[in-house]
Amino acid sequence: MKQAAIPDTLGGESFEEEAREGWLSWVSSVDHKKLGIMYLLGSFFFFLVGGILALLMRVQLAAPNNHFLSPQVYNQFFTMHGTTMVFLVLVPMLVGFATYMVPLMIGARDMAFPRLNALSFWVQIFGGLMLYFSFATSGVNGGAPAVGWFSYAPLSETAYSYGPGVNYWILGLLGIGVGTITAGINLIATIICLRAPGMSIRRVPLFVWMTMITAFLIVVVMPILNAGLVMLLIDRLLNAHFFRADSGGSAVLWQHVFWAFGHPEVYIMILPAFGIISEVIPVFSGKPIYGYDFVAASTLAIAFLSLAVWAHHMFAVGLGHAFDLFFAISSFAIAVPTGVKIFNWTATLYQGRIRFTTSMLFALGFLLMFTIGGLSGVAFAAVPIDWQMTDSYFVVAHIHYVLFGGTMFALFAGVYYWFPKISGRMLNERWGKVHFWLTLIGFNLTFMIQHVLGMLGMPRRVFTYPALPGWAEMNMASTIGAFVLAFSVLIFMVNIAISLRSGAVAGDNPWDAWTLEWATTSPPPPENFTHGVPPIRGRRPLWDLAHPDRTDEMMMKLVK
Amino acid sequence: MLVGKALIGLAMSGTYSANAFALAPASPQAAAISQLFVGTLIYLGAIFALVTFLVLYAIIRYRDRPGAPEARQNFGSRKLEIIWTVVPILSLIVLAGFTVRTMIVSDPPTANADPDLRIVAHQWWWEIYYMKTGVVTANEIHIPAGKRLLVEFRSADVIHDFWAPALGRKIDIVPGHPNRLWIEADQVGTYLGMCAEFCGNEHAWMRFLVIAEPPGQFAAWMKEQLAAPPSPTTADEQLGAKIYHESICTNCHVASVGPDLTHLASRRTLAAGALDNTPENLAAWLRDPDQFKPGSNMPNFELSDDKVRALVAYLETQK
Ligand code: HEC
Ligand SMILES: [Cu+2]
Repeated sequence: MKQAAIPDTLGGESFEEEAREGWLSWVSSVDHKKLGIMYLLGSFFFFLVGGILALLMRVQLAAPNNHFLSPQVYNQFFTMHGTTMVFLVLVPMLVGFATYMVPLMIGARDMAFPRLNALSFWVQIFGGLMLYFSFATSGVNGGAPAVGWFSYAPLSETAYSYGPGVNYWILGLLGIGVGTITAGINLIATIICLRAPGMSIRRVPLFVWMTMITAFLIVVVMPILNAGLVMLLIDRLLNAHFFRADSGGSAVLWQHVFWAFGHPEVYIMILPAFGIISEVIPVFSGKPIYGYDFVAASTLAIAFLSLAVWAHHMFAVGLGHAFDLFFAISSFAIAVPTGVKIFNWTATLYQGRIRFTTSMLFALGFLLMFTIGGLSGVAFAAVPIDWQMTDSYFVVAHIHYVLFGGTMFALFAGVYYWFPKISGRMLNERWGKVHFWLTLIGFNLTFMIQHVLGMLGMPRRVFTYPALPGWAEMNMASTIGAFVLAFSVLIFMVNIAISLRSGAVAGDNPWDAWTLEWATTSPPPPENFTHGVPPIRGRRPLWDLAHPDRTDEMMMKLVK
Repeated sequence: MLVGKALIGLAMSGTYSANAFALAPASPQAAAISQLFVGTLIYLGAIFALVTFLVLYAIIRYRDRPGAPEARQNFGSRKLEIIWTVVPILSLIVLAGFTVRTMIVSDPPTANADPDLRIVAHQWWWEIYYMKTGVVTANEIHIPAGKRLLVEFRSADVIHDFWAPALGRKIDIVPGHPNRLWIEADQVGTYLGMCAEFCGNEHAWMRFLVIAEPPGQFAAWMKEQLAAPPSPTTADEQLGAKIYHESICTNCHVASVGPDLTHLASRRTLAAGALDNTPENLAAWLRDPDQFKPGSNMPNFELSDDKVRALVAYLETQK
């Protein structure tokens, strides 16, 4: 360490950034900012890949009895699309933001374990590459896995999937799983140990809080998946019988194992997104978050409940009414803390002074789109509705309202919000607004109609469908929507490219935001806070700094 | 309501003119679910409308504009938090009540009764046994309208799922985990069903029809199925019968590896809904099954045109 340590910033070990140049400085980096950027770029790359797969599928579905893709290829595509979007896009994108932002937001110099941080990223990337390598396996049974992202046994057993695709899927996910677990451990350690003096756990920004809860969830549930994956691998390679009913195993066991991980996974994908929204909405409303304690506590409630709702993915399995009912009630229950959040975000808008930046537009889009996804989720918790609509296009619509209308919208809000901090330049607002409106229109055109298709009896995961009346038109509309959505992503990329080159210089705090990441330069220097961290006496240190006459502390006392 | 009617029209005038619309129920079980579904959609729609209104009102009223008042720095209200925690809980308790009631009506207990039907799901076709008469058929389920039948489900391979939306709930067909379900149609009609759990290559073409007939007609159908099909008469038919019975076909088609073909000509579709059952389609299917159902378990035997003609002639007599 050449510079003098800055007394009030903490960060794991300290590393000399050797004067490496070019790509080597990235590949060898253990700096949380560089790793955060690589997470974001890596997951954006996979977002494009997964998106192209989706477009090809939508072309196939644009007309009935279409022959654009064979069923073999189509089935590989939807498997890879789902797996990619969940494991290689949404989770790592959120982890990427966390990796970049959490140390800054808590006034630390880096993550608790910088080397582990690099390990997490690279293991995850190589897991992704391993998964995609399956496309290169040849032969009649070669190619990518074609079993759906939840890979139900016994379809995923060698008897029905003899090619190596599923093996790659297992090994890829094991890698990704290890990377994600270590990232979770690192985030927990960072948030617990490295908060700047004054930042008690009840003062952390909500993004940090929700990231911490998510990290705990990751550490609790990812190992369940990994255990299941290993069992499946043993079945496939060593002829065991865990999930093979014909020789004493149980196909239902796989479902329990998978969803015991899989449902909390949904919250792993949404809680940090809630965190982003909980930063963006207050800043652009000019107000503190409404009901901080309740937003924070409801996150905890969601995390606990999420461990007890998994079998609502299994209502159609026929496990008995009492069983179904237990999970129906826990699923209804989880809607309550989620609703609390929606109401608090909405209340934050009231009596504010709302700036319609692109980031805020995406956050507002999130608020309404996620509400649709959340509400259709409540419908699914009512068991008989699930008996009808599960495994249909209604459920396809539901998950996309949650994960695209929810998480992706929040991620875009996050990109427009933090891009100035990360790059030092503003993202162009005019292009941003075009991007937002095209996304909103394309998204709803693609997925709203799928609710209707589901009610009309269109099952999910079909590579084609008969020319039933209305189906051609509705599917064509959905396909057009998908292309609008794809076009909006192009606009987004153009915007990034233009803004990186010629965007307005951001300055430290372009949005008048209040959390610590805005107290340092944009982009922040290698060790984040060269001039030390401002004093922390509340949840909005930069507000307190700017308004010494009415700090949060004073105003909160007034209320009481 | 109008929209609903239009959609039923859409769903019912299709290729198979069969109803697969979850909100156009044709059985008491499906009606119960449909009722719960519509009610829930209205309830959830109202919540969405409320949230949308609150958000839109706020962002218009409190938008940043010259002369707008400064944002008020308030931190929350315990009273409001309690309200928007407790009110949803109460409303969800009501919904849970309706859920339980609908579960009982839409999926009545199945213990202590002998199944009337056994349905075995195979990779990409359905085998249907009538337990009392021994009739076996495929991809087409005839039932007497207005009578409740108990079905037992078995899987021959992977997980499938039986779903006829107009008749009620779907149910997974899990190997090693037999399931049972009452099915019923209170109106005469044809209902479209399909496999709803991804089961490999041809999952998309694993459809079936439920044909609900007046009891008399159903009895007549059953009698037809029990009778031996007519013997082949023309030369073509006789040649076809010879090929069918003496070459490889029966290895699969009498052994449950492929659908029973004894009364093939009485069925409406071929290959689990991939084709309408016409002589032309049958010939095309025999020439190259992969053209219609790539990856299906029916091999392409590269049959000569003569053999195809003979087989079609024979199979068309198998009413
Ligand atoms: C290796 C087993 C096998 C052999 C041998 C076989 N089939 Fe098939 N056949 C199948 C399977 C499996 C299906 C169901 C395909 C599907 O719908 O996915 C089928 C379907 C059919 C159908 C459509 C039945 C329906 O109800 O939709 C006809 C007709 C048919 N086969 C005729 C023949 C004839 C004629 C022969 C002899 C030349 C033959 N099959 C030999 C396995 C076989
Ligand atoms: Cu199936």
